[in-house]
Amino acid sequence: MQKEYTVTVYTEDRIGITNRITIIFTRRGINITSLTTAETEIPGVYKFIITVMSTREKLDKVVGQIERLIEIHRAFVHEEEEVVYQELALYKISTKALHTGDIERLIRENNARILTITADYFVIEKTGHQEELTAFIKQLEPYGLIEYSKSGRVAIVKWSRRFHEHLKELQQAESIKQKAESIH
Amino acid sequence: MQQKDVLQMKPEIADKQLTAKPVITGSEAVIRSLIEEGVDTIFGYPGGAIMPIYDALYDFQDQVRHILVRHEQGATHAAQGYARSSGRVGVAFATSGPGATNLVTGLADAYMDSTPMVCVTGQVAASLLGTDAFQETDVIGITMPITKWNIQVTRAEDIPAAMAKAFYIARSGRPGPVLVDITKNAQFGEFEYSYKKCEYIRSYRPVPELNQEAITAAAALINSAKKPFILCGHGVLLSGAEKELIALAEKAQIPVGSTLLGLSAVPVDHPMYVGLLGMHGNYGPNMLTGEADVVIAVGMRFDDRVTGDVESYVPNAKVIHIEIDAAEINKIIKADVAVHADAKQALAALLPQVNQADHTAWLQEFRDADKKEYDKVQQAELYPTEGELKMAEVIRLISEKTNREAVLVTDVGQHQMVASRYYRFKNPNTNITSGGMGTMGFSLPAAMGAKTGTPEKEVVAIIGDGCFQMTLQELGTIHQSQIGVKIVILNNNFLGMVRQWQQLFFDKRYSSTEMVNPDFVQIAKGFYIPGQKVTARENISAAIDEMLAHKGAYLLEVVVEKEDNVFPMVPAGAPVSSIRLE
Repeated sequence: MQKEYTVTVYTEDRIGITNRITIIFTRRGINITSLTTAETEIPGVYKFIITVMSTREKLDKVVGQIERLIEIHRAFVHEEEEVVYQELALYKISTKALHTGDIERLIRENNARILTITADYFVIEKTGHQEELTAFIKQLEPYGLIEYSKSGRVAIVKWSRRFHEHLKELQQAESIKQKAESIH
Repeated sequence: MQQKDVLQMKPEIADKQLTAKPVITGSEAVIRSLIEEGVDTIFGYPGGAIMPIYDALYDFQDQVRHILVRHEQGATHAAQGYARSSGRVGVAFATSGPGATNLVTGLADAYMDSTPMVCVTGQVAASLLGTDAFQETDVIGITMPITKWNIQVTRAEDIPAAMAKAFYIARSGRPGPVLVDITKNAQFGEFEYSYKKCEYIRSYRPVPELNQEAITAAAALINSAKKPFILCGHGVLLSGAEKELIALAEKAQIPVGSTLLGLSAVPVDHPMYVGLLGMHGNYGPNMLTGEADVVIAVGMRFDDRVTGDVESYVPNAKVIHIEIDAAEINKIIKADVAVHADAKQALAALLPQVNQADHTAWLQEFRDADKKEYDKVQQAELYPTEGELKMAEVIRLISEKTNREAVLVTDVGQHQMVASRYYRFKNPNTNITSGGMGTMGFSLPAAMGAKTGTPEKEVVAIIGDGCFQMTLQELGTIHQSQIGVKIVILNNNFLGMVRQWQQLFFDKRYSSTEMVNPDFVQIAKGFYIPGQKVTARENISAAIDEMLAHKGAYLLEVVVEKEDNVFPMVPAGAPVSSIRLE
């Protein structure tokens, strides 16, 4: 059955790696609904967090084919309950709205905050799950929402400790090797 | 020609003699890297963006032989043939743009058939990348899904490390093609050269650690089996596990069926060998796959041409899948015991844990099926006494007259299936064919590569009339480089396999499959390659003798029955047990 999954991929830092990963989804006709990538706490290792609607069976195969790529450390499929995740959204609203209605209450109740205020507009930031962020749009619409922008998912995997230790070991081995080589 | 001494030939840098590392161009570094990796042959075609590399090559002609092909596709197939026959990495050169895009078919073919190959392409200068410069194409983007790895190098000093990585990746683990795209400025650039072979990439584990528990579980399954069956794939040849596989089969009396690319791993006359699996394979191994209770799949990926309908495949069997590529395990067929390992290591570990067994009755079932196939199909194919010549009898004669020791390079279609069915392979790596991709036009260039890689062996290309016309320009290469391949065209003046399907599944509506062919012998003559055409049964034996006795390349055109069909046959997508004998 199709449902939402989070795929995490740990990669080397290399031009084109995004393309290498995404074409594997493309080949099986899987639509990527969000993709976030950034360097991990280990220098030179990047983490991709990809959300897709698909089936577990299909994704297990996709992940196998991603792991086959030379510059991939590991790739995993996670069910919803295996990850803690957040998304971040920004909402741009006309400054005039500050004088109408009770926007202050809305911001407080939604755990949102104001990032900046100019003469023309102000920007609200909110983190949460997709449903919460889009629900907030509805609440803001009466105040004249000018623009809305949302990030992809960032996720922490509940059982990820072992793999991160493995990565750190790799990193240590690498730096010891480099030191040894620089001595020679 | 003397080996180029950089310091002598470049007086302007002679004062740098005191430094340990010579200063050379990126182009020269490409050639020196190849020599470091043991490359003795390059198949290629020059052009604007790769000219500096060809210029560097000029000084190393005593160490590396360059074979000038007639089309870049030919270079890739030749490199594939070279690799498959010799076990070494095949190398192809091409220029940017159309030169690079012409490599695509061969790269895809090598990727599907796990063939170690390194392709070097020239590229426009780094400053022009992305500007639609003359003969610029995004070959990295194009070949990303059909290479094991690819890289674009834009600085001369990055060339040695890229080449070292390319060879390491191409040949290690499950082998595959690698493409190195080198911009023109990197070819011209000078730097202090040194070379270090690559033996480790931290994100890449080519050979998994053997899991002893999986071996024990596999041994237990085999020991409990009443009807075990080995499926021998290409991985057996790639890991050099032929002896281990045969030892296992002998010890536990396990019949062995082979995939198309697994052919030649086990001699055809070995008592445990029961034939070819799949669509046009033998009757026994297809029928009895359904009866097996334990299937031991070694170095194979359950291609749809092997499994037919996946749902009804191996209905009664526990599956042991020995496979080096984790992505292949559970991809098509769920493994009850997955042995993620190199085939040779896994089989060697398995052997002492497997008990001797006697499966005489089970083996007899295969022999009974063989008899049925022989009576219904093979006898008439192999020993016809009247009518037009048949492909199978030609293959039988070639098999006999080459003492079963030739490297057989087949193209794609009916002749491929017939050759694979009837050539009686004796030695490993003597079957070279385009399996996964089914690339028509593969055979002629692949045969020339195979002959170059293993010149001591007789190399016979078996080609259909349609396939031949896809790459026949390589006759020019064969003549120029004096490559002694024997070329046999089995000519039915049809795209025979498509015609067979039209006959069986499209109401004999022969849409665009009949061919009006040229005079093949005259074409060969035009390339200064001798040959003859045979149409009558009484002449075929002597013609094959003449071909084999001829020193150098020779073309034999054999006109065969026009509307012959290859049987047995499993219709596409049908269960393998529905294999038809007629």
